[in-house]
Amino acid sequence: MTAVAGAGSRAAPRGDPFVPRPFVVRRHRQDTRDTWTLVLEPADGATMPFAAGQFTMMQAFGAGEAPISISGDPARPEVLEHTIRNVGAVTRALVHAGPGTELGIRGPFGTGWEVSSGRGGDVVFVAGGIGLAPLRPAILEVCADRASYGRVLLLYGARTPEDILFGDDLRRWAADHAVDVQVTVDNGQHAWQGRVGLVTQLVDRGGFDAVNTLALVCGPEVMMRYAAMALRARGVAPARLRLSMERNMKCGVGLCGHCQLREYFLCVDGPVLTYDVLEPLMSRAEL
Amino acid sequence: MVETRLIDVTGLQSLLDALVARGYRVLGPTVRGGAVVNAEITEVADLPRGWGDDQEPGRYRLRPRDDEALFGFAAGAQSAKPVFFPTDELLWRGRRTAGGSGFEAQSAESAQAAQGGGVEEHGEDGPDTRPTALLGVRSCDLSAVGIHDTVLTGRGFTDAHYAQRREGAFVIAVACSDPGGTCFCVSMGTGPRPEQGRGAPFDLSLTELLAPEHRFVVEVGSERGGALLDEIGATAAARGDLAAADAVTEQAAQRMGRRLDTDGIRDLLYASIDSPRWDDVASRCLACTNCTMVCPTCFCTTVEDVSDLSGESAERHRVWDSCFTADFSYIHGGTVRESTRSRYRQWMTHKLASWHDQFGSSGCVGCGRCVTWCPAGIDITEEAAALRGVPGSNLPTPTSPPTPASE
Amino acid sequence: MQTITDYLPQHPFFAGLPEPVVALVAGCAVNVHFRPGQHLFHEGEPADTFYVIRHGRVSLEVRAPAGSPVVVDSAHADDVVGWSWLVPPHRWLFDARATEETSAIAFDGACLRDKCDTDPAVGYALLQRVVQVMSTRLQSARIRLLDVYGAPV
Repeated sequence: MTAVAGAGSRAAPRGDPFVPRPFVVRRHRQDTRDTWTLVLEPADGATMPFAAGQFTMMQAFGAGEAPISISGDPARPEVLEHTIRNVGAVTRALVHAGPGTELGIRGPFGTGWEVSSGRGGDVVFVAGGIGLAPLRPAILEVCADRASYGRVLLLYGARTPEDILFGDDLRRWAADHAVDVQVTVDNGQHAWQGRVGLVTQLVDRGGFDAVNTLALVCGPEVMMRYAAMALRARGVAPARLRLSMERNMKCGVGLCGHCQLREYFLCVDGPVLTYDVLEPLMSRAEL
Repeated sequence: MVETRLIDVTGLQSLLDALVARGYRVLGPTVRGGAVVNAEITEVADLPRGWGDDQEPGRYRLRPRDDEALFGFAAGAQSAKPVFFPTDELLWRGRRTAGGSGFEAQSAESAQAAQGGGVEEHGEDGPDTRPTALLGVRSCDLSAVGIHDTVLTGRGFTDAHYAQRREGAFVIAVACSDPGGTCFCVSMGTGPRPEQGRGAPFDLSLTELLAPEHRFVVEVGSERGGALLDEIGATAAARGDLAAADAVTEQAAQRMGRRLDTDGIRDLLYASIDSPRWDDVASRCLACTNCTMVCPTCFCTTVEDVSDLSGESAERHRVWDSCFTADFSYIHGGTVRESTRSRYRQWMTHKLASWHDQFGSSGCVGCGRCVTWCPAGIDITEEAAALRGVPGSNLPTPTSPPTPASE
Repeated sequence: MQTITDYLPQHPFFAGLPEPVVALVAGCAVNVHFRPGQHLFHEGEPADTFYVIRHGRVSLEVRAPAGSPVVVDSAHADDVVGWSWLVPPHRWLFDARATEETSAIAFDGACLRDKCDTDPAVGYALLQRVVQVMSTRLQSARIRLLDVYGAPV
């Protein structure tokens, strides 16, 4: 019996979940000083359907493996898109994998955002830093079915204006899909004309109907805690507030035990979990 | 209706012979390095005849018995865990292709098959593909194997390596007659007598009787187990033999060295998240990982990538890991569980509380190994009692006088 | 043309205040306008004004000897700027610069303090709202201090 239920629908990996499948890097784009986006295609031609919010275990041959969220369009499973921040040995090898290089992929793993459950109401995306990347598939999903949703807000906090990801997307989502995109930075240079402040301040003032809102939050855990508090203060129900959690993920299939957050294996029960489940678990250090 | 037979020591040898003749690699308890361990055996003489043990927190000593018992000891140094879930497992092998930009990865099965073998460990003459017969599995460990079956094969993703080893294995359980000072299977509802339907299934289960003749009452758990007994000419057990066997485990149940009050244990642990007791235990815990290595249910692993010097070929191995290490909870930015306090809390909470949510059972089977093999003598039953705020609730039952924890 | 008294209850800072209180404090206020680049105030100057932003954007900046000033906070429509008028020694701690066409309502700090002193109930109501703003900005500053998106690259 597994009493712990995940958020539901998910795409499952093919074959032996421990053996990576080769994917070829087709496009390689530097987004910011430390972040790159890779567009990959399966070497064997078999597509990899995924749900927005899922991740894969990515490896550069011989360099080890890291969990990376999928940042591409779930409506286009023929390509696999990953946005990767260079923060360690594995991610360094990944971001430097140029076109033609084969990378090993296992997955997709974990629970998705299930943004479609927000149809008929408002949707608020709250992103911090690289946390915009795992939300991007869900935003694309909403944009493709925009009429089914009420107000859609993207509240995005970045470190500096130079660290803002997906600038073209942000402009397109605002201009073509009526997404209320609000960006704030921690530190602004003199020339920065946008907002300076914490992303939670955007939540306080955001124009959405809290009682009929689905809120999806992704970013550093500290930022998510305060964003969740701000959303709760606005009146968003804990069960309608979803966060994507990060822990040490090694196997991706709930067998290695590393990513446990008390009773949850975050690689299979998460990474996306609702706040009613997470609130007591996020309130303690070192859990 | 439980089918029971009777064999004597010669019959036990015949049983071993019949298993070897059927192609099994027979593993059973034997004395090595001053401890009872599981190793390949072929003869009754390989068993720990006349050996018992003294087990207390932080202490394990073999003790000569004044009888000829073959199974007169408590939980050995290792459970069945390493047999089905080895410390090091090859997951896949790969090599670079296409001038270095590509690669091929083969699962362990196909990599081994290409070399003409299965996934069993390599003997001196190449891969050992024999199925395993495991003799001497205690009731607590049988429950632990059942838990591993759930954890590793009973959920969304299956550990194919484990499943393959388990599938062909022949299991001979043994009832406990002389529990150790750290045993508490009665508290956990896992022993001392192996019962079909509790834990992993067994093929045969032995209860050793020493007087008037040295003999074994054998409970048949499977068709192939019964067939094996037919082959060696095992007779039916008499009513007196069955009563004697019952008495063995009834007496063993009265002589548990430790007790753990499991009433509401899950909620107790969850409610104890801020208990000062964690600081207390952390002041003693060395975070050495011994408890997790000897625990028959601990299943956490990590992966190690091994590549050759040229970087042309690489292997990925899965190896045992422990929640007591700093690396275990490492994420970008640092270790989530930095303190020993939080690591012990994680381990104990997982064993006694979150395991229930994850797998529908306790993660502790009461084998006592974590208590025995802890160099600091930390006792999970004592820690549980302390969290409950009932000093002394850990006192051993009167028939087993308390022994000083340190000598 | 909407009067200041008509407008104030629509601003989040004053929303919910009793009408007489709004009318009372409106007596201290005038409409002001800033062009992009124009400063509302400079660090160290006497702080005698409380700004309620109607439209536009204001940067709160810290100057350094070299390089451009760093923007440490920004204020927008529905925000307020400045609490130094309330806190001795009534000196501005930052520069405030409009970066867009900005319209605001400027309250005379001494006038407001006088009203607060005369009627502590008014003072308490205003103070509660100022503390709310301070709390939000303090939290923002503290969390940003962590540099949670920062990179050890």
